[in-house]
Amino acid sequence: MASFKPTKIQVYPKLGEKVTQDTLYWKNYKAPVQIKEFGAVTNIDFSPVAPHNYAVTAFTRIHIYGPFSQEPVKSFTRFKDTAYCGRFRSDGQLLVAGCEDSVVRLFDVSGKVALRMFKGHTKAVRVTDFTSDRYHILTGSDDYTCRLWDIPNSTELTSYQEHTDYIRCGITSKLNRDLFITGSYDHTLKLFDARVNKSVMTMDHGQPVESLLLYPSEGLLVSAGGRYVKVWDLLKGGQPLVSLKNHHKTVTCLCLSSNGQRLLSASLDRHVKVYNTTNYKVVHNFDYAASILSLGLAPDDESIVVGMTNGILSIKHRKSSEETKEISGQQKRRPAYRVFVKGKNYVPKQDDYLVSKPVKQHLAKYDKQLKRFNVSKALDTALETWTRFRKPEITVAVIKELDRRGTLKNALAGRDERGLSQLLNFLVGNLVDPRFAPVLVPATEMILDIYQSVIGQSPVVDVQLQRLQDLLEREIGYQQDLLEVLGMLDTMFTSSLPRKEVPCSETFYRRF
Amino acid sequence: MVEHGDIRVVHRGGSKINFREPVLSHDSRLLLCASGECVKVFSSSTEECVHDLQGHTDLVTGVLLNPSNHLQAYSCSADGTVRLWDFTDGILIKVQLHCHHVSVQPLSVSVFSLLMCMCVTLTRLLSSSQGEYIASAKGLHLEVYFFKKQKFSLKEDNKKGAKNTFTCLSCHPKDDCIATGHEDGKIRLWRNFNHKREYTYSTLHWHHSAVSSVRFTPEGTNLLSGGVESVLVQWRYNQETQKDFLPRLGAAITHIAVSPDGELFCTAHSDNKLTVIQSCVKVSAVIQGLVKGESVRTDLMVDPRSKALVLNGKPGHLQFYSLQRDKQLYNLDIVQQEYIHESGLQQFEVVKAAFDTRGNWLATVEERKQKDSTLELNLKLWAYDEQTQSFVLNTTVSGPHEARITAMCFCHTADSQTTMLVSASQDGHFKAWQLESNHYFYEGPFWSCDFVGAYHSLVPECCCFSADGSLLAISFQEVVTVWSPASWELLTTLSQPPGAIRDLCFGRQSCSKYLLGTTAKNLLCCWNLLTCTLEWSTSMDVSLLLSDPLSENMAAFCSHAGCTDLFVFKPSEPRPLFSHKAICSGKVTRAVFAPREEMLESCEESSQWLNRSQLYFLTQYMVNIPLVIDDSVAVTPFYLLLGKHRQQQQEKQDRSFSAERNQLPQGSVAIKELLHTPAHVLPSASFLCSMFVRSLLISEKKSEEEEMESDKEEESECEMEASTMGQGQTAEAQETAAPALTKAQARELRRVKKLDHSWLSSLLDS
Repeated sequence: MASFKPTKIQVYPKLGEKVTQDTLYWKNYKAPVQIKEFGAVTNIDFSPVAPHNYAVTAFTRIHIYGPFSQEPVKSFTRFKDTAYCGRFRSDGQLLVAGCEDSVVRLFDVSGKVALRMFKGHTKAVRVTDFTSDRYHILTGSDDYTCRLWDIPNSTELTSYQEHTDYIRCGITSKLNRDLFITGSYDHTLKLFDARVNKSVMTMDHGQPVESLLLYPSEGLLVSAGGRYVKVWDLLKGGQPLVSLKNHHKTVTCLCLSSNGQRLLSASLDRHVKVYNTTNYKVVHNFDYAASILSLGLAPDDESIVVGMTNGILSIKHRKSSEETKEISGQQKRRPAYRVFVKGKNYVPKQDDYLVSKPVKQHLAKYDKQLKRFNVSKALDTALETWTRFRKPEITVAVIKELDRRGTLKNALAGRDERGLSQLLNFLVGNLVDPRFAPVLVPATEMILDIYQSVIGQSPVVDVQLQRLQDLLEREIGYQQDLLEVLGMLDTMFTSSLPRKEVPCSETFYRRF
Repeated sequence: MVEHGDIRVVHRGGSKINFREPVLSHDSRLLLCASGECVKVFSSSTEECVHDLQGHTDLVTGVLLNPSNHLQAYSCSADGTVRLWDFTDGILIKVQLHCHHVSVQPLSVSVFSLLMCMCVTLTRLLSSSQGEYIASAKGLHLEVYFFKKQKFSLKEDNKKGAKNTFTCLSCHPKDDCIATGHEDGKIRLWRNFNHKREYTYSTLHWHHSAVSSVRFTPEGTNLLSGGVESVLVQWRYNQETQKDFLPRLGAAITHIAVSPDGELFCTAHSDNKLTVIQSCVKVSAVIQGLVKGESVRTDLMVDPRSKALVLNGKPGHLQFYSLQRDKQLYNLDIVQQEYIHESGLQQFEVVKAAFDTRGNWLATVEERKQKDSTLELNLKLWAYDEQTQSFVLNTTVSGPHEARITAMCFCHTADSQTTMLVSASQDGHFKAWQLESNHYFYEGPFWSCDFVGAYHSLVPECCCFSADGSLLAISFQEVVTVWSPASWELLTTLSQPPGAIRDLCFGRQSCSKYLLGTTAKNLLCCWNLLTCTLEWSTSMDVSLLLSDPLSENMAAFCSHAGCTDLFVFKPSEPRPLFSHKAICSGKVTRAVFAPREEMLESCEESSQWLNRSQLYFLTQYMVNIPLVIDDSVAVTPFYLLLGKHRQQQQEKQDRSFSAERNQLPQGSVAIKELLHTPAHVLPSASFLCSMFVRSLLISEKKSEEEEMESDKEEESECEMEASTMGQGQTAEAQETAAPALTKAQARELRRVKKLDHSWLSSLLDS
C-alpha cells in the first residue's frame, strides 16, 4: 500500500534581486533611525578619530552626533545664514564651515564660538576643507574663486580664479599638503598645486560637478555630476577611466566603503547605489524616501548616514554579530529538553522485544482533506487568510489538484456570500499573475458559470464581481498595448536587418 | 563441433499474470496464476517465481486446485486440454483432451467430478461449496441451477436503474446467499432464492463505480470486494455497516482470491500485479509483472547501469524490468502525484524518456491533455544517486515547449564534460538543455536552456546525435538539418524528397560517417556526411530503424502484407548481414538492442551481429515481448578447453550406437579416479596445478615440420583410438562429421585432444 502523495506545490523562481555576498553585507543593517533637521541636510562628515562623531550641516546649524546617540552631542548655531560643508580636521579637534554670507568659520569642537572667521569671499562659500598639514584651509565659493587660508594668522594665502562658474565641491589630498582638487558648475575638475599659482591639471566632466572623491591611494579620482559618475586616473594625467550612468537624476554625493572595495553614490532619484570598484558594476541598491543630498559612511561601515532634501537624517547601524544570531535563534523554538529526551535515554534490556512504530506521515491540512476526498473543505483550508495572502501558490496548487481530480466544480459550488466573496477576492488578487493565470482562468470561468444565477442578490458579491470585471478590462488593455509594442519592435527589427541574398534564412537566438 | 547459431524468435515473458484469478494453495505458501501459455507458481512470502508449469500450447484460461488432493491443480487452456499438475514439484500428471473449445473457463470443481463449462457468453459462473446449485449471471439475469431438484429458478433484475448489470458474483460457503457485484457499484446479497418468486435481496453500497470482484472468505464471515477505486473493502457478513478498507493498492482490482484456510487474500490488479494480503488487511507481498499500458509511449530503452529494460509502466511511472529474470526490478515515480482511480479522468502520462550514455542522467517528459484546455508538459531531469542506487529528481522544467515533444535525445559522448539534452517539439522549435554548475539561487548543478533553434518554422520530428557528439541531425519533415552542437551552426541540410523523414540514425564506429534515414514514402536513405551526398538508397517500407550501440550494425524492420521482415546490415556494405522474412505477424512497434551480459564468440557470419547484444522487439498485436536470440550455448574458455573434447567423444558415441559409457579414454578415467579419491590422500592442489599447467604448455622445440608430423600422428592416434573402441571409424568419416571446422579450429581441437591426462594417471600410479 503506497502512502498518500501530498499535493505538489509549484516552486516559482524568485524574482527580484539576487542574493550575493554584497546583498547579505549591505542588508545586514538595522532599521533606520530618522532624525528631523531644520532644513535640507547638505553635508555629513565623520570625525577621523574615535568615537567617530559626525557633523551634520543642515540649514543654519551644524549638529554633531555621537555614534549611537539620537540627540546631538553638540551644535553650532552661530550662523547668520545657511551653513555649508562642516568638516573635521584630521585630528578631530577643529571644524570648518562655509556660509551663505561668504564668511568661513573655524570652530573648536569643544567650544561654541568661532575661533577664526575668514572673510574675503564675495559670495556663499560652499566648499571648505583642511589641508593635510592641518595649518591651511581650502575654500571654494560661488564667486568662482577658490582660496587657501592660513589658520594661525587667519590670512588669505592664495586665490585661484580659474573656474568660470560656481565651485560646489573640492577635496584636498591626504598625502600631499599642497595638492587639492575642485569641481565646478563649469563642468571642469581642476587639480591645483599650492606651490604654483595656477592649476596643473584640468579634466572635463561634461556636467556640472557635484561631488568629488579621492581614492586612499590618490591615484584615482571619482567625480559626480549630472547623472554620471566618472573615474579619472590622475597618474595618467587625468585620463578618464570609466563613466557610470546608473542613476536617473543628478548624483549628489559619493562615498567609499572602509576597505576601498565598494563605491557608494547617492542621487536625487532617492537611491544609493553600491559599485564594485574592480569592475564598476552595481552590486547593491538602497532606496530612500526623498532625494538624497548627502551621504556618510562611518569607519568600518558601522553605519550609513543619509541626509535628504526634506530635512530627514536617516541613520542605519550595522547589526552586531550577536544580534544576527539572536534573531535566528528566536525564530527556532526548540522543544524543551524534558520533551526531547523522553524515552530516548531508555536502554533496552536483553530480552526486550522491539516493536517498531509505524512512521506517521505528516500531511498539510488541505492534504488531509484531499486524502478523504473532502474537496470543498480542502479548498476552504487552502483559502484561509494566511495562506491566501502569504502563500498564494499553495491555494493555486490546491485548485490545480482539484481540477486534475475533476472535482473543482464540486468544490467551488455551494458557497455562501462570505465564502464566495473570499474566493473572488483571491481571484482579483491573483488572476492576472502570469504564474497563476493558466490555473485560475478556467476556475474563474467555472465560478461565473456556477454563480451567474445569484448575480444581483448580494451587494458584497456584486462589488467583487465588478472589481473582477475592471481588472480584466485593464488587463486586456495592457495586453493590447504590449502586442502593439511587439508589432512595432518587429517592424523595426525587420527594417534594420540587412537583406540576405539566400532566401532561406535561419532564425536562431541564444538564451542566457 | 561448433554448435550452429540458429537464430530464432523466442518469447521472453512479460505475459499477463492478472488474466485469471490467482489460486492460493492450501498451506497458503504457493500462489498459482495463469500466465500466457504456462502456469506460474510463486511463493507467497518471498515473491519469487518457484517454477513454471509448461505444457499448454495456447493461452491458459483457468487454474483450480484439485479438491480431492490439495497438492494438485487443474489448468485448462484455449488449446482444448485440461492438465492436472503436481504444482509443488512442477510435474504434469494427466492430460485430458477436450473437444474444440475455443475458450474453456472452469470456475468451480464440485465434490464429485470436475465440472467443465464452456462459457463464452456467460459473465460469471459459480457453484456453492456444498455443490447444491450453480449460479450464473449474464447481463441483467441471475440464474441458479439446482443439482438435486433438477430444476432452475430464474431471476430477473429490476430494470429501473440503467446501470445495474451484473459484473461478478460469489456464493456464501454455508448460507444460501449469493453476493453479486453491479455496474453501478452496488453489491446485492440474494437470499431465499430456492422458493420461487419469493427471493429477497439487500444492497451494500460503497464503490462509486463497477464492482469487479466479490468474494466470501471460506468461513463466510467476511465479504471482500474490489473495483476501479483500487481499494479492497472487507464487509462483515450480517453486520454490513462495519467495513475495513485497504486503500491505494496501486491499480484497479480485477480479481480477488482467498486461500482455503482464509489466512491470505490475493488481489489481481489491472497493472499486471498480484498483491498478497494478510487477513488482518495488511499487504505482505507484491508480485509485479511487466506493466503494459494502452501503448508504450516511451520507446524501449536499456538502462546503462542495471541493463534493465525501461519503459512506461503504470500511469505516471517508469518501470525497470529485468530481461534475464522476467521480473520488474522497480518502479520510478515520475509524476509524483496522487493517482485518482477514476475512469475517464485525464492524468499525467510519461511520454518520453531518455538515458545518457553512462546512466547518470535520465530525462523524462510527462504530459496531460485535457479537453478544451492547454497541454500541460513537464520535462524532468533525474540524477543517479550512488547512495540510494536510484534516480533523484534534479530539475523540473514546467512547460519546456508550447506543444507536444516529438523527440528527445542525450548527447552520446562518453568523455565530454558537459552533458547535453536536445528536445524537439511540434511548436517548431528544438531546444538544447545543458547542465550548469552553479547559480546564486539553486544549490548544486541544474539544467537550463542553452539554445533554441528552428528551421523555416517546420516541425522537427526526429533528432539524433552522432556517436562522438560532434553533430546533431534533426529532421524537419522532408529535410534533415545537421547542426554543430558546439557552436550551434547549421552545417548542412540533406533531403531526399518525397516523403517526410520517419526515422533518423547515425552510423556507429567504423560507419560513423553515415547518416541513415527512412522516409514515409518507403525509402531507406544513407547519406555520406563527408561528402554530404546520398550514398545509397533502397526502396523498402521501413517501419523501424535502430542502431546497435555496441557495433556498427543497424536493424531495420520492414512491414508488408501483414507481417514484418527483419534486416540487419552495415551501412558501409551493400549486402545485409542477416535477413529474416516474416519474423512475426503484425507491425513491430518498438525494438531495442540490449547488451549481453557476456559476449558470445559465435563464428558464423549470419549470427555474429548477436554476439554483443540481443534484439528485443514489441509487436503491435502481441502484448508480449519476444526477442530474437541466438539460442546457442555460451562459449567460455573453459568450454573451449574441455567442452569440445567431451562433445567429440559424445559424438563418437552417438555414431557408434553400441558404445558403452565406461569406455572412456585414459585421461577421463584418471579424472574420475582423482575425483573419487579422498581429498586428504591427494597431493596438494598447488602441486597438481603446476603439473596441469605445465602439461598445457606447448614446447618451443617443435618446429613446423614436427608439427605436421605430430598432426599426422594425431590423426593416426585418432584412428587408433577409434579402432580400440571397436568402431573402425576412418579419418574420412571424422572429416565428414565436422565439415564446418576451419583449419585453425581443427588444430586447436587436436591440441586439446592431445592433452591427455596421462600426467594424472602417472601420478596416481606412483
